[in-house]
Amino acid sequence: MKLSQYFLALLCPIILLSSCKKSTDEVAADTKSTFSIEFENQVNGSPLVLNTTTYKNAKGEDFKINVFKYYVSNIKLSKADGTTYLIPESYFLIDASKAELTNITLKDVPTGNYTKIEYTIGVDYARNFAGAQTGALDPINGMFWTWNSGYIFVKLEGTSPQSLAPGNTLTFHIGGVTDPNNTIRTFATEINAANPLRIRTDGKPNMHFIVNAAALFTGKTDVSFATLNMTMGGANSVIVANNYANGLFRLDHIHN
Amino acid sequence: MLFLSIALMYACSKNEDEVTPEEKKITFSVPANFPTPVYNFEDNKLSNAGFALGKKLFYEARLSADKSVSCGSCHQQFAAFTQLDHKVSHGVNNCQGKRNTPPLFNLAWQKAFFWDGGVKNIETSPLNAITDACEMGTDIQTIVAFLKNTAPYPDLFKQAFGSTEINSQLILKSISQFTAVLVSGNSKYDKVMRKESGVSFTSAELAGYNLFKEKCTSCHAEPFFTDFSYRSNGLDLVSTDEGRSHITGVASDFGKFRVPTLRNIEYTSPYMHDGRFYSLDEVLEHYNSGVKASANLDVQLKNGILLNTTEKEQIKAFLKTLTDNEFIKNTLYSES
Repeated sequence: MKLSQYFLALLCPIILLSSCKKSTDEVAADTKSTFSIEFENQVNGSPLVLNTTTYKNAKGEDFKINVFKYYVSNIKLSKADGTTYLIPESYFLIDASKAELTNITLKDVPTGNYTKIEYTIGVDYARNFAGAQTGALDPINGMFWTWNSGYIFVKLEGTSPQSLAPGNTLTFHIGGVTDPNNTIRTFATEINAANPLRIRTDGKPNMHFIVNAAALFTGKTDVSFATLNMTMGGANSVIVANNYANGLFRLDHIHN
Repeated sequence: MLFLSIALMYACSKNEDEVTPEEKKITFSVPANFPTPVYNFEDNKLSNAGFALGKKLFYEARLSADKSVSCGSCHQQFAAFTQLDHKVSHGVNNCQGKRNTPPLFNLAWQKAFFWDGGVKNIETSPLNAITDACEMGTDIQTIVAFLKNTAPYPDLFKQAFGSTEINSQLILKSISQFTAVLVSGNSKYDKVMRKESGVSFTSAELAGYNLFKEKCTSCHAEPFFTDFSYRSNGLDLVSTDEGRSHITGVASDFGKFRVPTLRNIEYTSPYMHDGRFYSLDEVLEHYNSGVKASANLDVQLKNGILLNTTEKEQIKAFLKTLTDNEFIKNTLYSES
């Protein structure tokens, strides 16, 4: 007797919930599907073109970009009811020089309407100190510091006439996970409830993010290349991470 | 001696592997007087083929930029896997490194590697030496490509991991199957501690052990003879090597280095992070009279460690009981 009461109590909200959803569209329970994310690399609204195009930072200094790579990991989706789904083993290296790496596919995601997405810009603490990795985290990708183990979360290399480094180079290798120079940052964005991320067995939506490389150099602290043109972890990397924490990614639209 | 479940696991998989009957089973053994290791092969199943591949890679000089330097060049077994008579490591193109080669044993109990503790996992440790311009001077891509195109490596990877696929992860895991198995726990000291029959300290060794416990163990803690901390022992007023602060970026870590193990110290000369002392006499005299008031000097060394001639001889006698000849002469670890 008692058991069936509990069962009813449990069932009620489920019935209620599903009846709510019914009015929008049908989501079969326990099904999984796929969605993709496209990262469109830009610099202050212009397409990112490596090596040739000259851009300006917030201080008005010219610069060019030769390398732009970054990790996106631990992608987590939330529904309006507050339930979340952390996509297991979601580690992706986005490389502006490789078109095939700017569009990522996430498989086996429970179907449903998601109204928020968040992810780590970089790699979580544990994996920085874990044993030998493969795939996106393979040290072969040139994003792993061998002498002070841990991943480079965001790598931007280029040149600027203002840089006083030999060859006027810019070397921004942002990483480090221990205080006081922890550079792990989480990006989160709400998704317009009117057009949520609708993952369906017959619908594989695409999220389109704009990635602004110039965000490394503005935000909390405007960076002048005359004074900061190289960082490989440490306090200056924290300045850059604090800049890009909010400005690097922007959800532009979703194709459902 | 207690064998971990690794041995059991291995026994289970035995029928799948092609093991010749006379081949010695590779095991990771934890001496009875040692604590639980940090690295336990959970994600890297130890096998004879994996160990054999790791050992071959360890001794493979063709992996380096000028094909002259292998891991084993600077980590020589007869010197407890450090480099005899070299103040600092001697890498490709005759390049002299910055620091003394650390010996390799009991690494499965270590949470951080190198003098500054910059590397946090045994599996990723070789990458540092592989990429350092003054060590092997190459990169993992080049090594993967070389191994893919060089017999018998594809076959050896297949035997070790079930596939001819060669990638950095498998390279590093196989090397760890070799390096993590290097356990030194059969010195006279260990046998005395384990109360093995017929083994006891001489009176000089015992006096040395008691002195050691009184004056040295706060840093060189048993049973590893290091507490794995980073300290300055006052070698210079101002260190020319920033040491630990290179990793942490913290000023109070400037000039600090990991307390080195003293096991097999009879064979690991020269001593200190820069190999400045060739004899144990010089080392003990440093603590007796040579400690400099460097900025981050360890408080326990403020007044040095006063030792008279007899005490020095007794401590030296004890330190020599830390020599593990079974380890140093174990042909299982030798280049074959």
